Amino acid sequence: MEKNPVIRLERVKKVYPLASGDVVALDSVSLSIMPGEFIAIMGPSGSGKSTLLNQIGCLDTPTSGDLWISGINIRHLSDNELTDLRRDKIGYIFQNFHLIPLLTAYENVEYPFLLQNHQHDKSGHISTLLSSVGIDIYLAEHRPSELSGGQQQRVAIARALVNNPPILLCDEPTGNLDSKTGLQIMEMLQSLNEQGRTIIMVTHDSAIAGYADRIIVIRDGRIVS
Amino acid sequence: MIGDIFFSLSVRSVRLHFLRSLLAALGIVIGVVAISSMGILGTNMTLSITASLSENANELSVNPVSGTGGGGGMFGSQQSESDDDQCIDRDQVRDIRRIAIQDTVIPIYSESGETITIGDEETRCTIYGLKPEDVVAGIKISEGSYLKGSSGAIVGSELQERYSLHIGSRIKIGDPDEGTPHIVRVVGFAEEKGMSMALNPDNAIIVDAKLFVDWYGGEYEYDQVLIIVSDINTVTETGDAIEEQLNRKEETVSVRDSSGMLENVTSSLSTMTSFVTAIGAISLLVAATSIFNVMMMSVTERIKEIGILRSIGTKKREILKMILYEASILGLVGSIIGGIMSFVGGYLICMIMLSDTTYFWMPASLVNIANGVVVGIAICIFSGMYPAWRAANLDPIEALRSN
Repeated sequence: MEKNPVIRLERVKKVYPLASGDVVALDSVSLSIMPGEFIAIMGPSGSGKSTLLNQIGCLDTPTSGDLWISGINIRHLSDNELTDLRRDKIGYIFQNFHLIPLLTAYENVEYPFLLQNHQHDKSGHISTLLSSVGIDIYLAEHRPSELSGGQQQRVAIARALVNNPPILLCDEPTGNLDSKTGLQIMEMLQSLNEQGRTIIMVTHDSAIAGYADRIIVIRDGRIVS
Repeated sequence: MIGDIFFSLSVRSVRLHFLRSLLAALGIVIGVVAISSMGILGTNMTLSITASLSENANELSVNPVSGTGGGGGMFGSQQSESDDDQCIDRDQVRDIRRIAIQDTVIPIYSESGETITIGDEETRCTIYGLKPEDVVAGIKISEGSYLKGSSGAIVGSELQERYSLHIGSRIKIGDPDEGTPHIVRVVGFAEEKGMSMALNPDNAIIVDAKLFVDWYGGEYEYDQVLIIVSDINTVTETGDAIEEQLNRKEETVSVRDSSGMLENVTSSLSTMTSFVTAIGAISLLVAATSIFNVMMMSVTERIKEIGILRSIGTKKREILKMILYEASILGLVGSIIGGIMSFVGGYLICMIMLSDTTYFWMPASLVNIANGVVVGIAICIFSGMYPAWRAANLDPIEALRSN
């Protein structure tokens, strides 16, 4: 049986109106991503990589065109519906980790779980998850500021996975890590992809892009290859 | 359960910026104390006066109308004393007795601001002249006996306390520079009466009417008439009948009961309390500005955090709730501390300014603390509304990019 794309963009255009004139960040981008694919998005600064990732991550909606996430067209969704989609279908991994500084590592991972389940984890799911990314109980009680970059990114990965989303979006996930730690993180992402998760990763680094099944190059808001 | 995490984030944010939060809450403490204490003081004054006047609700005061038209004093006696030419004569008293046949009618001579000398100390007080049988009817004695002998006097409780008087003490009445003062001997002390329509013995000396006339002249030219009505339900009716009879040809007397006086006093007190509370409320407004400022700073500092929360699935209303929780925590802590301080402060104010804490414990008085706490919390939530709305409506992408 033929699989349906988990993400589909149909002539997606994103225009930012500015006083100096409209800026076209994405210009009629069409793209299909199948479940379990590992995609790397590359391109120079200002080419529209992050805008594309934000559209797929439901942080923003297209000015025109259609975008389907797991078969749902997001263009006409309300803010609450987009938020639910982000919570349930998408895991975000950022270059700067973006952990909540007021919460411990454990609480950071638990936070999206609470948003979805409205109750604390009693099954040990979060501890298992943290352990699987190499964060032990002792480290889990630390605040992000007390962890190294690599440890913070591991916590961020655990947080992205806690609600078991089918899609992982990674914005330069190794950009702030040393090469050894970056390698470990990429191996972790590769392993997650092998388990069936769709991964879309923005990167400048061609070596990192080498982990992907498919590389999309974007320039001036258009996919060039 | 989901509320716990937002509340927890708010608590942690407050703890992270403890000094800033404490100062903002301190503003609320001051504001709550200001409005609660002023409210308590005003309520206690009103309750105290109301109770005092209610005790004399069966009294009517008949006063001569001043020809100068400069009346309008709060207390009946003041009007008559302001104009010595005005008095109630024997015929008018007879008419009053005829109308108030069932009631006790007490004609009163009075001289206010009279100099008296107790030992070496000089002071001023009111001298009342009453027939001995009227003294029995109109004055309650706490110690000693009613008027007896030619120079016996009953002294009010305030004078007794202030000058440590005892039965047998001698008091000189009259300015020594204007002639030989009259000497009276204390035979009894009047019970504290508080505010009264006509006869207020607390800061006064009561002597026999004959003695009074001997000193000051003006026989049968009474300064006021006190009527103690036997049936409280006929107070208004009796007053109207007296006014109708005595003012038949021209307006010669005015009759007042305690309700009119109570209305005047409570209205004046209410205006004063509102004014003072409004001044207290200004401090609460300053505190509200401080809370607004702190919340705006908190939102500005937490823009990136809010962006993260939004990007991982937090709804706008949950962000709104989180910021409002923070404002509420400041309001709750500040208002509760303010409420406790108002309780202590209000009690002390009543003790110092009114020398009476009886009414402090009444619900009408204590409700001022609850009102202050509720207003304090409400103002904090109100101050946090715009910052919360702003936080909730931040663009997640812009928020994530911010430094």
